[in-house]
Amino acid sequence: MPDPEVPVVNVVELGIVRDLCWQDDTLEVWVTPTYSGCPATHFIEEEISTALNRAGLTNHRLKQRLAPAWTTDWITETAREKLRAFGIAPPEGSAGKRSLLGEDPAVTCPQCGSTHTERVSEFGSTACKALYRCRDCLEPFDYFKCI
Amino acid sequence: MNQQQALFEYLLRLGDSDLILAQRLCELVGHAPALEEEMAIGNVALDLLGQARSWLKYAGEVEGAGRDADALAFLRNEREYRNLLIVEQSNGNFADTLARQYLFDAWHYYLLQALSASADERIAAIAAKGLKEVTYHLRRSSAWVRRLGDGTDESHAKMQVAIDEIWTYSGEMLVADEADKLLQAAGIGADLEQVKQQWQAHVAATLAEATLEQPAEDSYMQTGGKQGYHTEQLGFLLAEMQYLPRAYPGASW
Repeated sequence: MPDPEVPVVNVVELGIVRDLCWQDDTLEVWVTPTYSGCPATHFIEEEISTALNRAGLTNHRLKQRLAPAWTTDWITETAREKLRAFGIAPPEGSAGKRSLLGEDPAVTCPQCGSTHTERVSEFGSTACKALYRCRDCLEPFDYFKCI
Repeated sequence: MNQQQALFEYLLRLGDSDLILAQRLCELVGHAPALEEEMAIGNVALDLLGQARSWLKYAGEVEGAGRDADALAFLRNEREYRNLLIVEQSNGNFADTLARQYLFDAWHYYLLQALSASADERIAAIAAKGLKEVTYHLRRSSAWVRRLGDGTDESHAKMQVAIDEIWTYSGEMLVADEADKLLQAAGIGADLEQVKQQWQAHVAATLAEATLEQPAEDSYMQTGGKQGYHTEQLGFLLAEMQYLPRAYPGASW
């Protein structure tokens, strides 16, 4: 099932689906929201439910898990490549405290591969992204922030 | 006051401060000085709204009277709100908005850091999640305070006035009352004395870098928000925020 805002990656690759387990004859699906206020969270849960119903798994229950908090470290390598191909720079490095508070990482332009880029805004089209610009090919692009 | 009552109060304070600041920031959508700032302000508001929902949902469960996050947000009156006075103050100019945001963010950051180690697992989980978001908020607002303070003569003057005017509302978040003390003793709430020291160090360093003067330490501080005594600003904000669900109870789409 694709993410509603980044349709090239699915919710498992993004690390939103944390766990599946059977409780007697009910399938429990544990999901974790990316950001506290992510407006897609509710929509994603409904879509998961619809997909399960379509697959004949009508007996299921969605559960939300807050801890451990979602981190971009859970985004798989395949998903990172898909993001890049889609024009979104994937998170650089791991989501340690240094990347949150410290210097900006060198972000690679998803269009031309240059690291000669600059941050335009801390926040992009959604809370999970920042807005960057490539100084070589001059294209603006979204960067998936480390969190 | 028993521990359950204190916990309800504590969760309302956390949720209400996030909710009211989110609502204030949303007033700027369509009016911010630049498109990038508008996106940033909207995103900060969204993070705070999400955190408010988590806190208020939990508050409703602790109260046990059947109120969910929506009922708490939309169907309480001014005196029942427990937000800090600083978050209900109007947006003013861009310097005013950023001064308010910075002083709040610095407190919010250290508070959530402390609450991430709370003995209450649910509080620890909500705080740890929110802390990641607030780290970005603090990074942005402190950068703006430095940039405007250490900018042109005009931006410096406006930032100084903004800090001086909002300062009187920065005291109550650092002072523990009965509910704060009760929960701190139980290992659930934050140690506000520690938060105070961390906040003061951050603010002193940022203002110094911004070439701004810090108002006197013994300045008079307004208090009362945490106990439900608000400035005249809150009523107008609630009137706008609550209009729809009160005029059309149970409305949905």
